[in-house]
Amino acid sequence: MTKPSNNLFNTVWDLHTVRTLPSGETQLFIGLHLVHEVTSPQAFSMLRERGLKVIYPDRTWATVDHIIPTDNQARPFRDNLAEEMMSAIEINCKEFGVPLLDINDKRQGIVHVIGPEQGLTQPGMTIVCGDSHTSTHGAFGSIALGIGTSQVAYVLATQTLALTRPKVRKIEVNGTLRPGVYAKDVTLHVIRKLGVQGGVGYAYEYAGSTFESMNMDERMTVCNMSIEGGARCGYINPDQTTIEYLRGRPHAPQGEAFERAARWWLSLASGPEAEYDDVVVFNADEIEPTVTWGITPAQSVGVSEELPAINDYPKEQQFLVGEAFEFMGLTEHQPIKGLKIDVAFIGSCTNSRMTDLREAARVVKGRKISPQVKGLIVPGSQTIRDQAMAEGLDKIFTEAGFEWREAGCSMCLAMNPDKLSGREICASSSNRNFKGRQGSPTGRTLLMSPAMVAAAAINGSVTDVREML
Amino acid sequence: MANVETVEGRGIPLLLDDIDTDRIIPARYLRCVTFDGLGEHAFEDDRNQNPNHPFDDPRYKGASILVAGRNFGCGSSREHAPQSLLRWGIHAVVAESFAEIFFGNCTSLGIPCVRVERAVLETLAESIKQNPKQTVVVNVRDLQVRFGEKKIPCEMSDNARQALVTGEFDSLSRLLEGVDDIQEKAAAIPYMSHFSDV
Ligand code: SF4
Repeated sequence: MTKPSNNLFNTVWDLHTVRTLPSGETQLFIGLHLVHEVTSPQAFSMLRERGLKVIYPDRTWATVDHIIPTDNQARPFRDNLAEEMMSAIEINCKEFGVPLLDINDKRQGIVHVIGPEQGLTQPGMTIVCGDSHTSTHGAFGSIALGIGTSQVAYVLATQTLALTRPKVRKIEVNGTLRPGVYAKDVTLHVIRKLGVQGGVGYAYEYAGSTFESMNMDERMTVCNMSIEGGARCGYINPDQTTIEYLRGRPHAPQGEAFERAARWWLSLASGPEAEYDDVVVFNADEIEPTVTWGITPAQSVGVSEELPAINDYPKEQQFLVGEAFEFMGLTEHQPIKGLKIDVAFIGSCTNSRMTDLREAARVVKGRKISPQVKGLIVPGSQTIRDQAMAEGLDKIFTEAGFEWREAGCSMCLAMNPDKLSGREICASSSNRNFKGRQGSPTGRTLLMSPAMVAAAAINGSVTDVREML
Repeated sequence: MANVETVEGRGIPLLLDDIDTDRIIPARYLRCVTFDGLGEHAFEDDRNQNPNHPFDDPRYKGASILVAGRNFGCGSSREHAPQSLLRWGIHAVVAESFAEIFFGNCTSLGIPCVRVERAVLETLAESIKQNPKQTVVVNVRDLQVRFGEKKIPCEMSDNARQALVTGEFDSLSRLLEGVDDIQEKAAAIPYMSHFSDV
């Protein structure tokens, strides 16, 4: 197989290649390993059983996000199992010398929010975490991969992984997004067009003027969802926006070292002559606010469209589409607009950053959410929470009737007390609409941008946010 | 580590597409510090909603080869998913295609995941439904699935196949061997040395 030259992915991969293993896999050095409470306890146990240490504790950072309550955080947690996991990560990090950003640390938050925020995430790095949305960190021009728990143990012990190099697909989007259309809509659109399996075997490079004009929060939203399109990871080439975001962050290089770093970061970007295994091109102006209606992130429509018919799909997909209609309790050709919701959730590593909260607040300001709707705002980190409060966003939300919570994953996967109940329908800024994802086995999720969630909360039903801006 | 060259057992058909790991093991069962006890919760919510779920069908009791559809194991990276299948008794998965993290997790646990073309996959699932007692053999070395009189070709990446048949699917010892190389490599990466050489 010929190896495409000069794209960032291959440059960074080669730089981190330790050697080729007998299986043919690459032993790849990992520059940053992020750890959280759910996928790590068994990995630390493996180390203990085999008498191994963490080889680079200073390249390893842990936080707690998935199980923590976002209302009452007093210890011990009311949920014994969650409390047990909290103690486990605290003991493990202490014993193995891994820094832990615990709930009493102001830097705590969702692992994919705080890595960039603290300047730990940098261009040209290889980054892993026992979490599929590690792809988020690709927004900085890094190779960022989600891994399983056995692999977490391998990285703790060796700072390397055995991996097979994926192919690289460039996804180019050009043009200016229309008002009311956000990064979330771009990524939902790409997944809708390429399918949830379209990216299998690929790393995605997002290129083109649409991504170039996005800020880092928006780029993170896009890269975050790469995994929902089946890709191994996604990334955006570092540019001046990346550099300015990182300047002055606690773990970014400082002073003269920062300037040297910045030059190196820019040098990694895919050049105009870079080669790819595949290229797909979209136009920004074909994208409208997008909402999922089914049980995979590709089952979506533009807000002004009606739902598809089962027969619109190729034969082999019709069973799954039928299953989606049945589970969601929706009918063919029904408009998505006007669909009643019960819960509105703004949060998750996809959309819980300042840009998201500001856009949602812009919609909410001076309005009230529907009395039928329970609204939840869960900032991605304590830093974001503080910043939002300094800007008065919490007031805008609470005055409208939203609950303003502590930082964590919350209702994105509902491992904490924040859950849907029964058949509730949730307008959610998160990333997965899988059956049961939000804590009720029969609960239903509609994915959309935070501004769209805000609009739905106010009207009590799916709304075109463009009518409210 | 034992070599995984063939897996032999009875099959269980679950020919659905885009089965995500939240469905394989719901998130509430991730509140644990060991993988013990996950087996009984495999597909729990699906089983509660579908009284005819194959995992509750007595005809498939004791089956060890799961036959699934397209993009099996998509979504979350949770190793709890293959761990729960393994603890349920699944030792190989035959499907049209797999999500990558899930595939990697299975491989590192010594669970071969092989791909078979849709039409053949349907024949296999149908044959198991007709005769649940028959033996299905997944031959990783020769990349073949055998059932009844039939032998069908299957696919798997060379690297994963190699890792399984040589018993090196738990790559930890191999990775540890490279410790000197690892440190040498680390020293040559700009961010590992404060960008002093760039
Ligand atoms: S916010 Fe959701 S997707 Fe992101 S890390 Fe937490 S649980 Fe996973």
